[in-house]
Amino acid sequence: MDYVPHSSADREAMLRAIGVARAADLFHDIPADVRHPQLDLPPGLSEPEVIRHLNELAQQNQNVQSLPSFLGAGCYNHFIPSIVNALILRGEFLTSYTPYQPELSQGTLQAMYEFQSMVCLLTGMDVANASMYDEATATAEAALTACSVTKRAKIVAPDTFNPTTLDVLETYAEGREVTLERVPAFTIADDGALRDNWDAVAAAIDGETACVVVQVPNFFGWVHECQELAETVHAHGALLVVSADPVSLGILTPPGEYGADVVTGEGHGLALPPGLGGPRLGLYATRKKYLRQMPGRVSGMTKDIEGKRGFVMTLQAREQHIRREKATSNICTNEALAALAFTINVSWLGPAGMRKKAELCLAKSHYAAAQIDALPGFAVSTPGPYIKEFVARCPAPVDAVNAHLLEHGVLGGYDLGNVRPELDRHMLVCVTELNTREDIDRLVAALREFAN
Amino acid sequence: MQFDEPLIFERSSPGRRGYSLPESDVPDVALEEAVPAHWRRDDLPLPEASELDVVRHFTRLSQRNYSIEHGFYPLGSCTMKYNPKVNDATAGLPGFSFIHPHQPESTIQGALSLIYHLSQAIMKITGYANCSLQPAAGAHGELCGVLMMRAHHVKQGNPRRKMIIPDSAHGTNPATAAMCGYDSIEVPSSARGTVDMDALAGLLDEDVAGLMLTVPNTLGLFEQDIVEICRMAHDVGALVYCDGANMNALLGAVQPAALGLDVLHLNLHKTFTTPHGGGGPGAGATCVNETLEPYLPVPLVREEDGAYAWDYDRPDSIGRIHSFYGNFLNQVRAYTYIRTLGGEGIERAGEYAVLNGNYLKERLRDAYALRYDRTCMHEVVFAGLKEKAEGVRTLDVAKRMIDYGFHPSTVYFPLIVPEALMIEPTETENKDTLDEFIDALLAIAEEAQTTPEKLKEAPVSAPVRRLDETTAARRPNLRWEPPSP
Amino acid sequence: MNIPEELRYTKEHEWARLEDGLCVVGITDYAQGELGDIVYVELPQPGATVEAMGEFGVVESVKTASDLYSPIAGEIVAINEELEESPELVNDAPYAGGWMIKLRPTNLDADWPTLLDAAGYAAVLAESGAH
Repeated sequence: MDYVPHSSADREAMLRAIGVARAADLFHDIPADVRHPQLDLPPGLSEPEVIRHLNELAQQNQNVQSLPSFLGAGCYNHFIPSIVNALILRGEFLTSYTPYQPELSQGTLQAMYEFQSMVCLLTGMDVANASMYDEATATAEAALTACSVTKRAKIVAPDTFNPTTLDVLETYAEGREVTLERVPAFTIADDGALRDNWDAVAAAIDGETACVVVQVPNFFGWVHECQELAETVHAHGALLVVSADPVSLGILTPPGEYGADVVTGEGHGLALPPGLGGPRLGLYATRKKYLRQMPGRVSGMTKDIEGKRGFVMTLQAREQHIRREKATSNICTNEALAALAFTINVSWLGPAGMRKKAELCLAKSHYAAAQIDALPGFAVSTPGPYIKEFVARCPAPVDAVNAHLLEHGVLGGYDLGNVRPELDRHMLVCVTELNTREDIDRLVAALREFAN
Repeated sequence: MQFDEPLIFERSSPGRRGYSLPESDVPDVALEEAVPAHWRRDDLPLPEASELDVVRHFTRLSQRNYSIEHGFYPLGSCTMKYNPKVNDATAGLPGFSFIHPHQPESTIQGALSLIYHLSQAIMKITGYANCSLQPAAGAHGELCGVLMMRAHHVKQGNPRRKMIIPDSAHGTNPATAAMCGYDSIEVPSSARGTVDMDALAGLLDEDVAGLMLTVPNTLGLFEQDIVEICRMAHDVGALVYCDGANMNALLGAVQPAALGLDVLHLNLHKTFTTPHGGGGPGAGATCVNETLEPYLPVPLVREEDGAYAWDYDRPDSIGRIHSFYGNFLNQVRAYTYIRTLGGEGIERAGEYAVLNGNYLKERLRDAYALRYDRTCMHEVVFAGLKEKAEGVRTLDVAKRMIDYGFHPSTVYFPLIVPEALMIEPTETENKDTLDEFIDALLAIAEEAQTTPEKLKEAPVSAPVRRLDETTAARRPNLRWEPPSP
Repeated sequence: MNIPEELRYTKEHEWARLEDGLCVVGITDYAQGELGDIVYVELPQPGATVEAMGEFGVVESVKTASDLYSPIAGEIVAINEELEESPELVNDAPYAGGWMIKLRPTNLDADWPTLLDAAGYAAVLAESGAH
């Protein structure tokens, strides 16, 4: 099956109109010795065959619906209501292009404007773009933007920040004269408990610092104090970049209120299922004074020639198709459909639903933490307030614990040994509104059995 | 029926509720105890709407969009071909959409197998030694590719300074080069619309890290000297990057690796039918030859005795460019598409994309100014109307297409063609659709002479008329503001 | 097209005027016409220094962005803050309300003679086929 609709009569008529005998004549600019190679691909499949094949592959995977899962660490299983898929799969949204022709793209443009508004309201910032690839690239671009704005070259990040994001930031910084300083912002006590070492971050800031990037809640789930840090950052003429989990912002103070200059975040949890980690949804919001340095596309409200309200992509002179080598970024997509999903879901949740979702995460994670902490050989360490993730110290390496859990039909938490070898007995447990008490009790029972 | 739809914020009413979430089944936690006061937010002025309000709002917004499923979408350089529905069905299977990236490898063998075999298929189509599907979009793939070129030069002891880019290139090329610390050097196009070889020879030296070429180029033309260009670049130790935005034309016709191009990015959302979604999520692939293979981003997927695993053991890798492994659900769509077409179908796709492009070129050449009179590939670029009409610009022609029921083609790109009108039909459009579009464009060319006001005033049939982009940029209104208390 | 006699010009379409020991800089009537509706002017911070023909800012219309070049070397002592709110001043009055920066010259004797007079600038425009 190939979706090419031409009949042989059409083909002949078209070749005649073009004035060539064969379609192959249209490829003569390609060197003959490499033209039309044999493609060593399997033959095409009919639709039922391809569905069967893909079903077989899908069924080789366990998933967070088939097993209770306590995995988070940057990718979250939150509830996405049925209306999201029903609406985003409408062809009018799904198969439209980037809204360069505003007269035919008002749906996408208005949804982008609503998305930008919601991101501003959640984060407490002045302006937001229409999204970026993911939190990691949004944070990388934010940090590099801070370097351009301040004309400085040092980025400071606590090591409680998602290490993958910092890796992406380092990749992005390659080729620029920029350094990333990873500051030890926690310590590990003899008994394995994690302790906050937050003052080290402020101490690392100096006159060369372009920005400090912090994550709220941090990679391990707890919230660092940021008010004083913001003051120190600003006193040194640097910018504060906060990567915030938008689900937690259902109850937490918006970063705009404690001095953030740029807020990034991962929005997929309010938009799309985990999907092996993609597509995702990078959030990017900033203060009005940095609007012109903001990467990514934005939708603005305006009027048409009859005075009717409408929306257009605006401030395009910042972007690659106009500024070329002087653009704020090379980005030329956003995650429009994911941003639409986010907008639909947040509209459906409203303020009460956002709060309820965050409170359910809070209650269930605290319940799980208390149960695990009470188990012999296990201890939970949470040096600050947390919403949905916490660190549990295990009596054995996490990979062994997780293997045991999988035998009992549970996907255990994230093995922090992947981040730091000395944390190989520390499990990052994530509990969301989708984990029932039954799931949690099953996890706890399996852990108890392991301890015995 | 068309609705003027207010903002969702304007549909809000205090106390209205759309959500449905379970009651807590665990002991209550007092928020005041779990979260200190200064960490608790006061208000959250989000919309309050019923589920039906929300469904209706976004359904009405959708009706204010044009899409491939409405009609012909002849955007040059965008490859707006049919996005098969079966791709969405397979990407929606819970065994793909609900897998977590940190799951043990033993529990995601199907997903890893899909990534592995999609990579293999892409390598066979393009001829490269390896590829990464981690880039989330074309420009992201470009960044990945240029960072690998840089890594190669650093390994040789000198990152070099310059990147040569044709004047017809996409804006992403110089923007990407800048992000990677390179100065863009522009090489002009010749009268044939391809790279000016003498000018190129004068620019190449040992400080050139590479060239960034689009093949076929943005004028829809195949660089007939491409093999020689690659040889000249390699002679001074430079690498050649291929922007694969136009790969649709080459499907089955040639493997870019065979031309000497060292690295290629693909837009899975163009060539391999993953939906554009109003501007993303896209999906990129970056393909490399043996020279650049060591620098691919981590992780890759490797296969051993029928088992698949993430491969992080790549000491020369440029690192990560995405939180996980790119836009996996779009990889599922692209894989579904490639398996559906098979080798023969892939070849036919490329052949008919080029056939359709040339058919449009021939049928429109009497009314529109053909810039380069030679066989084109999958798209054709005109320098506006052949017979210029006073005050009528290409933008007006494009806007008038809307009144004939078509999405406008790309305009004012490439920058080197005055009044550029760039049309890419793709292989999934039948002859009747092309003929209707041709008739419309011929009628518009006629109107430009007889009733130019119809073009200047267009569109009249869209949900809105032409919009005031100047005020939008001078006094940006980028968000809804809650009413002050 | 308006090319005032009393001003000096660059080939990049900036004008310069000496006023109380300072040099006032803007873009020409021709330049604003070519750019179309100007939507934003990015200007440096006062106190910054700039070389002769060094970039001092960017002027943006809806679909283009152009770098701005300083006719002479100097220290920027003032910027036209009204352009922040009303960039259309550059379209409406390029030689008056649309001025952009004031410089304290650092090498006036060398820089000033390199600039074009009105006739010279008109010739540049004629040569480039400007209408």
